[in-house]
Amino acid sequence: MLAKKNLWWLAAAAAFALFPIVVTNPLYTTIGVFTVIYMACATSWNMFSGYSGYIALGSAVFYGSGAYTMALLSIHLHMAAGSSQFWLVPVGGLVAMAFAAPIGWVALRVRRHTFVVITIAVFFIFQLAAINFGFTGGTSGLNLPFITWGFQDFNKPFYYAGLVLVVFATLLSIAVRRSRFGLQLLAIRDDEDRALGLGVKVSAVKITGFTMSAFTVGMAGALYAMFVGQIYPQFVFDPMFDVSIALMTFLGGLGTLTGPLLGALILEASQQYLTVTFSNGSLYLILFGALFLIVIIFMPQGIVVYLRDRITKRVERERAAVAANEAASPDVALGGAR
Amino acid sequence: MNSVALLSAAKDGILTGAVYALMATGLTLIFGVMDIINLAQGILVILGAYLSYALQVHWGIDLFVGLLITIPLMFIVGIVIERAFIGRLKGPEKTAMSILVTYAVSLLIEGTLNMVFSVNDVQLHGWYVAKSFAIGSIHFGYIYVAGFILAAVLLSSLYYMLYRTRFGVSVRASLADQTSAALVGIDVRRVSTITFGIGVAITAAGGMVYGATNSFNASSSYDLISRLLTIIVLGGMGSLGGALLAGVGMVFVGDMVGVLWSPVWSSMSYFVVLVIVLLFRPQGLFGQQSARVA
Repeated sequence: MLAKKNLWWLAAAAAFALFPIVVTNPLYTTIGVFTVIYMACATSWNMFSGYSGYIALGSAVFYGSGAYTMALLSIHLHMAAGSSQFWLVPVGGLVAMAFAAPIGWVALRVRRHTFVVITIAVFFIFQLAAINFGFTGGTSGLNLPFITWGFQDFNKPFYYAGLVLVVFATLLSIAVRRSRFGLQLLAIRDDEDRALGLGVKVSAVKITGFTMSAFTVGMAGALYAMFVGQIYPQFVFDPMFDVSIALMTFLGGLGTLTGPLLGALILEASQQYLTVTFSNGSLYLILFGALFLIVIIFMPQGIVVYLRDRITKRVERERAAVAANEAASPDVALGGAR
Repeated sequence: MNSVALLSAAKDGILTGAVYALMATGLTLIFGVMDIINLAQGILVILGAYLSYALQVHWGIDLFVGLLITIPLMFIVGIVIERAFIGRLKGPEKTAMSILVTYAVSLLIEGTLNMVFSVNDVQLHGWYVAKSFAIGSIHFGYIYVAGFILAAVLLSSLYYMLYRTRFGVSVRASLADQTSAALVGIDVRRVSTITFGIGVAITAAGGMVYGATNSFNASSSYDLISRLLTIIVLGGMGSLGGALLAGVGMVFVGDMVGVLWSPVWSSMSYFVVLVIVLLFRPQGLFGQQSARVA
């Protein structure tokens, strides 16, 4: 059973690693880059919000700070456009963490429902700041050094860098899940007061988790900025980003390991594909909204949990059927009679 | 700093603030009774505005007369949303799920509005929209004053209903404690549905005033919902008086910052005020500290 599971992971990893080699159409590899970026973000978001139950709707703060870090540093350090910029990706993550710690300290003082709203408020503070401060370039945005890689292979390095982020976020998520720290986050989700009573330092644990989850999101933002070459406040500090990664995680399964990966894969890939093919934003909004309602109403725990439950039920039913058969056969029935 | 500008900021705070307070009251009422955060409130305000717009453009119905049609219509919209989606949510993650469900609903409405009305900005018109009168050197736009009166009338009737009728008692009982309310024989399910309907019906009036004083399209809802959420958190979620005071206070502070400093920072000041207040009062100005912190 365990080996079979590992085999699935291996197959998925191989498919992802081979994707840009098999599919060479830049249209599709671009979709691939966005998909891996969102998979990393959703996994990272789930590591705090999914495990602790504190739904954050302001992750674009970290995505945006990562993106602006990448843009401002590569402009002001006069960096050569190209692979050396990849070194700035972790810097973007660290800057995002530096913002996350004080935000977490303020936002995590309140009740769970209020927390959601405060993260939204903090998000708007950052968006408005990016629009109104001078050094961010305001609404006209910032242009990064122009990367002169060939058109045909342009997407590949970004795709693999994004994939590295996905692997990193997943491994971190697994490590947290198996650690004492992860158990403390889960305890907070289930009953915060009891966790506190049992000696879990809830505030410290929550702030640490919140800050950790900002790291990968910041790195993803930095990678995004480098990939698209110019950034605007309304695109890197985008309310849709906040909700998208939450929705991806809910779609896949909140608090599960594969849920956010699967949710982001389905949603981001289909979103990008629909935008490319239909180019009708309104129709997309309607489809997206309808899909969501269906998933939430019929599979409130997400696809992963839904499928797992169905498989377990089927296995149980088969076992029950086997047991019933055995019961029906005379020798067993005889043995069973008292 | 000249005092006229300050006085006029104070006037705007009270006149416009009352309309925001009205819209926020719907939101806080829904949260208090149902534990539902209705992210669709912003787009429902815009939907209300578009309904007034459609009545005006196609049948030439006056904005205020049109409310007689749009308010009941929005009440029905609210009931349908509650029955179709929100009433199905159960369990400990109910509030978190409600955020997603109402967000999905708002995307549906946003997409539909974009298709029907296009994304171009529109504004509501009436003979009173651009006119104003002056007291001293302070100008009062007719529509702002009319919006204030409308908000005041609707808020008073809402308060009358909540504090002087039998139904209001059931709403307040459900607000205080759903389980106990159910135990004394209140049909909490029915109360919830009607409350949601009322909370949404209010947006028809708020939307009309908003649409007459701002040009809008479907994406204006993001700005609206973030302001409304800020107001109800500042006032204390579930507190009616809090929403009223925070609504007026927020617009007032925003206008003051706009006058004293720069209009660029006025919308940001909402959020900064919110964060500062929450540092000292995590439950908001009038929110009750719940017995259990979670």
